[in-house]
This record gives sequence, structure tokens and C-alpha cells, in this order.
Amino acid sequence: MTQTDAPQRPTHDLRADNVTLNYGGRDIVSNVSVGIPDGKMTVIVGANACGKSTLLRGLSRLLRPASGRVMLDRRDIHSLQSKEVAQLVGILPQSPIAPEGITVRDLVARGRYPHQGWFQQWSPSDEAAVEHALNATDTAELASRRIEELSGGQRQRVWIAMALSQNPDILLLDEPTTFLDVRHQLDALDVLADLNRERGTTVVMVLHELNLAARYADHMILMCEGRILAQGTPSEVVTAERMREAFGLEAQIIDDPVSHSPMVIPLGRR
Amino acid sequence: MNRTQRIITGLSIGALALALVSIAVGAYTLALPDLLATLFGGGTPSDRFIVFKLRLPRVLLAMLVAVGFGLAGALFQSLLRNPLASPDIIGISGGASVAAVLSLLIFGATGLVVSLSALVGALIVAFVIYLLSWRSGMNGMRFVLIGVGIAFMAQSVIGYLITRGDVRDAQQALVWMVGGLGGASWEDVLIMVVSLVVLVPAVVLLASRLRMLQLGDDLAAGLGVAVQRSRLALIVVAVALVAIATALVGPLAFVAFVSAPIARRLVRGGGLALVPSALVAIVLVLGADFVAQHLLATGTQVPTGIVTGIVGAPYLLWLISTTNREGRAS
Repeated sequence: MTQTDAPQRPTHDLRADNVTLNYGGRDIVSNVSVGIPDGKMTVIVGANACGKSTLLRGLSRLLRPASGRVMLDRRDIHSLQSKEVAQLVGILPQSPIAPEGITVRDLVARGRYPHQGWFQQWSPSDEAAVEHALNATDTAELASRRIEELSGGQRQRVWIAMALSQNPDILLLDEPTTFLDVRHQLDALDVLADLNRERGTTVVMVLHELNLAARYADHMILMCEGRILAQGTPSEVVTAERMREAFGLEAQIIDDPVSHSPMVIPLGRR
Repeated sequence: MNRTQRIITGLSIGALALALVSIAVGAYTLALPDLLATLFGGGTPSDRFIVFKLRLPRVLLAMLVAVGFGLAGALFQSLLRNPLASPDIIGISGGASVAAVLSLLIFGATGLVVSLSALVGALIVAFVIYLLSWRSGMNGMRFVLIGVGIAFMAQSVIGYLITRGDVRDAQQALVWMVGGLGGASWEDVLIMVVSLVVLVPAVVLLASRLRMLQLGDDLAAGLGVAVQRSRLALIVVAVALVAIATALVGPLAFVAFVSAPIARRLVRGGGLALVPSALVAIVLVLGADFVAQHLLATGTQVPTGIVTGIVGAPYLLWLISTTNREGRAS
């Protein structure tokens, strides 16, 4: 286990080269090239149906590009063994399914799958990874509860715990805060920020809430109609002009008094 | 001993007790000491005849096909994440029956050939459902609905074949429609033993992937499971289990359908509950066969499948009435 001396994680290079992704013959992401900064929090934002979730699926090997390549450490991600990728890259999709009646601990333990062989039994390092994941997400006291009994916020932390027990160097999350109230959104994002800071895990997530995105992101990718409109630090990306372009939104950008990241104040009709 | 182990022990004892009772009781009932003596190599010649020629093959076959049905149901229901998705509901058993009846009545096949035809029939049906329900991804509910349609078609085809085949023995026709253990022989037992020796280890090897597939395709793929390949392998194994059992004893209505849900309710915990499902199926089939032979029989014997149907049908109705739109039982 390398959880205490985490900042010396091996560095990784995850990037998309001229990637086009489509569903049922329709291009959702067209000819996009993007590099994911190692060891940083990257947030992908954009209007509904702009292709941000699709790009995340492409980066995570769930969707094979129609053209172009997704490269992990200079190798085509689709040329690698699925377990090999799963040991480095974790993905938490938007609506994962919990088997009926499963307990929190059993669900979190399933994240260990890529580290187990055909006949390999549950090992002490598996146990340690699960314990760590439960503690890091503040779900240890829920360990013997069933998933159905939990609130939405608790459930989301359990799913994040499962992703942590997988112990990936790069963690991709598709809207990890959907359906959560603002307090639980912050809880979930804090868990991910801690993970990034303490273990050096590269975090890439799709978020809807622009102000939270700007607050938690080191690097932002703004998408519009299947293309990347802008990327860079939040203050480079979140500008009044870009908000108009990407969302058709008239907005004033001010300084977030808490985090000093840019803050979007939408201008409605009143 | 944890809950699962307790349940497994309890079910095993129940299954063993039912098996002994089924061998002992009949037109001529053996006392327990005589039965045990006979089973372990002693006993009178007439006792040996009754036990080894008449009753033991039937009881063993009941237990073995139950394992096939129970495991197949558990695999399908987990794989498609839908309690309705058992091979008897979605036409896989029907496909096996059609092929078995076809080979028996039209081509006069026997023994192993019938089993192999059933396997081919079931695989064809599974393949057709898979193709028809595939639309840029697999959808459990679509698979089930198409399967239910195919199950009805299979029933009609069996009916037609039996009419054409000029079956004068209604008992035998019923066996192919609903399933029965009346014709059990040592050859059948051997076929089923060999099949399980091949298929059960395959299930054991694939179980960890199935546990991942329970979490949804995306998460399973993200955790390193080759989703399509694993699913295909699991379907083939489950189809083989149910097809060979069906070839030997007919569809035995609802055994595959109810065993895993009962087992999961007993052990809890969201696992696959494969061993408990097989054990529940054994208890169910032995129990149903006992009822069919001794409690419902009036002159002629009632096929076992009628009794399992009486148990299973109310469960199906209950499930449909409590299932929400996502196809999950509440």
C-alpha cells in the first residue's frame, strides 16, 4: 500500500487525439484533442447535450472512438487489457446500480476486482484499501448498512468509496453531485479534493454547477456542441463572453469571496 | 457460522431428508434402517430392486436437474437484472422443449441426441432473443418481453408437434408440456452428472464477473470486465444448464424462476446466492415430485411440473403486481 506516501504516485498521461465519438451514427464529440493534467482536478462543463459525458466515456474506454485515439501513457487505451486499465483508471458513471440488499462494505469491496486474479483470495491489501476508502469518505460507520437504507448523499459517498477502493491513479466521475442538495454536493467534492491533495489522484469530472466547478477545478474544460470552446484555469475559462457563447447566458462574473475563483452571476429579466 | 452458511446447512439437511423420504416411501414403504442398509450395500434383493432400479434414479435425477434449473435461473436473473428473466419465462426452456420433442417425435432420437438437440434449440432461441433485443446495448426488460413472446410461440409449436406426432399417451405429452420425472433412468442421471461436471466449474469461474455485471455495464467495464464477452459466456453456460435439464425432464415450470428469489430472500446481502439457489431448487423439485407421486396421484401419476406450476404461478402474479416500471421488484 502506498496510501501514506501518496504524492509520489507515478505520473500518467491521459489524452484524446483528434477523437470523434458517436452514438447511433450521430457525432456527439467531433475531432476533439485534449490532455488531462496529471495530479490535478479537471472539471468538464458545458450546456446540456454538449458532449461532456460522452467525452468522459471516451476517456474512460467505455466508448470506442469512431476516429482518433485515446492514449494512456502513450499507448492506445483500447489496445490495453481491460484489467490493466482498470488498475490505473477508475470511472464512476452517472447511475450505477446497487444489487438489492447489498451492504455498504460488500459494495465498496467490489471495487477491488481489477486487483484480483482468477483464483486469488481476498488479501490484506484488499482489506486495507476498503478500510481506507470507507474512512476517507466518512462511510465507515455505515459499513454494515444496506444501500437501500441510505440517503442520497450517503449513497453517493459510498459509490465514491467504491471508486477509491479500486485505488486508481486517475478517477473519472460523471456528475457525481447530481440529485444532491448543496451541502452534500460540497461534501462529495471535498472528498474528491482531499483525495487529489493527499494521494495525488488525478480527478476528472463532469459537473453542472458552474460556480462549484470553478471553485474545485485546477483545470476547466468548457464544451459547446461537441467541441472544446476553452480550457485552462477557471479564471481563464469562466468569462462573460464564454458563458454567452456556451450557454446563451448573459452573466456577470465576480470574484467568489470565499475561494477567489470566478463566480457566475446570471442576469435574468429581473 | 454466518447467515449464508446457516441457510446452506439448513437447506442441505432439508434436501437430504426429502431425498431419503422420497426413496423410502411408495407403494411399498421401506423402514429407515432397511433403506440405509440397502443404500450402503446390504438389504434384501427386492429392497435393492426397489431402491436402485425404481426410486434412486428418479430422486437423483430430480436433484441434478434442480441444480441445473436453479443455477440457470439465478444466472439469468442476475445477468439481466430482472426477476422475470428466468429461462422458463423467456422461452429458453421452450426452445429446448421444442427441439427435444422435434427430435423425439419426428426423428425418433433417444438419449444423448435428445439432450444435444435441446441444447441447440435453446441456444438458437437465446441467440434470436439476443439479436432482437440488441439496440446499441443490451436492455434487460426488452430481452424479457421478447422472450415472453417466444415462450408462447414455443408452447404452440410443442402443441402442434404433439398433435402431429400422434401421441396416444397423454401422460407422455404432458411431460413435454409441463415436465415430469416419471421416465427417469440411470442413463439420464449419467447425462446430467457429466453436464454438471463441465458446467458448474464454468459457473464458478464466471461468478466474479457476474458480480461486477450486477453493478451495471459501465461500472463493470470501468472495473475491468470485458462486458460483452463475459455476458455471452454466462448466457451460453446458463442456456446449457437449463437446456440439458429440460431435455431430460421437460420444462418443470417455474423452478428456475422461483428458486433464486427465494434463496436471496433467505440469505440476503445482494450476492449471487448460487449455492443456496441450487439447494432451494432441489428442495422444491423433490418436494413437488413427492406431492405429485403420493398426494395428488389418483390412479395415474401427476407430472411434477404441474405441482411446481401451482407453486410458481402465484409468485409470478405477485411479482408482476409489485414490480415497478423499471422492472425491479419493490
